[in-house]
Amino acid sequence: MKKIVAIALLVFIGALLFTGIYAIDGFPKYGEAKVADRVSEGYIMKNVTEANTDVVYGVSTNLETGSANYVTSIVVNYRSFDTLGEVTVLFVSSLGISLLLGGFSGKLRNRCKANFILRMGSKVVFPLIIMTGVYIFIHGHLSPGGGFPGGSMIASAILLLYLSDEKFRVNIENFKKTESTAGSLYVIIGLLGLVISNYFLSNFINTGTVGALLSAGIIPIIYVLVGLKVGSELTGVITDFLKEEVE
Amino acid sequence: MIQYAGIILMLIGIYGLLTDKNVIKIIVSLNVFELGLNVFIISVGFVKDGVAPILTSVNNHSGLIFVDPLPQALVLTAIVIGLGTTALGLAFARRIYMKYGTLDLEEIGGNN
Repeated sequence: MKKIVAIALLVFIGALLFTGIYAIDGFPKYGEAKVADRVSEGYIMKNVTEANTDVVYGVSTNLETGSANYVTSIVVNYRSFDTLGEVTVLFVSSLGISLLLGGFSGKLRNRCKANFILRMGSKVVFPLIIMTGVYIFIHGHLSPGGGFPGGSMIASAILLLYLSDEKFRVNIENFKKTESTAGSLYVIIGLLGLVISNYFLSNFINTGTVGALLSAGIIPIIYVLVGLKVGSELTGVITDFLKEEVE
Repeated sequence: MIQYAGIILMLIGIYGLLTDKNVIKIIVSLNVFELGLNVFIISVGFVKDGVAPILTSVNNHSGLIFVDPLPQALVLTAIVIGLGTTALGLAFARRIYMKYGTLDLEEIGGNN
């Protein structure tokens, strides 16, 4: 009975959405979005206030944000405050997890013993995964990726070590210190922007040439901090999940 | 049509949330719902024949037709928050299993 009511309700909502979605004034058909009429045009021209001038890769200098990756320029520059909130949400959820599961002292035992290939293979792959993760968050302003995927990769490398070696334990204190330092530095950089150029989290460093590794002002610095913070935070989450009550 | 696919995924997620009694399945339904929403938001910014919004040595000036980067940035935020809520939900599920020995909400019951 309950399922029938649910299906009827969903059919009703679905019919409303399917028929009504293109009836909204200004909602574009799939593939026909006009970016030139949107706010994003200012982000693409890297100038949200004045007349547009063409941005050329490797040539243009001293733009509002020097990041070649537009998504990064939005996430860490134009909407950086939003990202600070996002990092805070992640921090609060990891705090909740350690409140719920962190009190146990035992370690969850693997059902079956790790075999030879996993034990040896993880030792070979571990440094490669860490290096790829670091590469991804250092190049966040030039290529796809950034602090969040890079940090998750580092945490996945730690998970691999946990799976391959039953006695392995990370020193969680150091990860906690890294995390809190990175988080505080993010806020301090924001406050420096407030002091130097009157806006919280404003890009107060010279943004350099589009496409150079050392460009885009505070964007690479913040993304490295976010990468370190997310990596150590997710490592903490994994460690908490692998704990077990001991009788 | 990708937008319809997004809406259908959302509806499947809501159906799971309404009918399932297993805590893990509720969390999975929430994730499906979120995924549908993300697909929908991304599809709003899609431009036919547009390139990915990154300046490279090939796509080297801003006069090209780019896909709208703003929905992608919003979805990046949504994915990370989804990760946080899923992890917290799974931690709650483990705690529930430790206390009651079951993940079924009917079996756990409660004082009505």
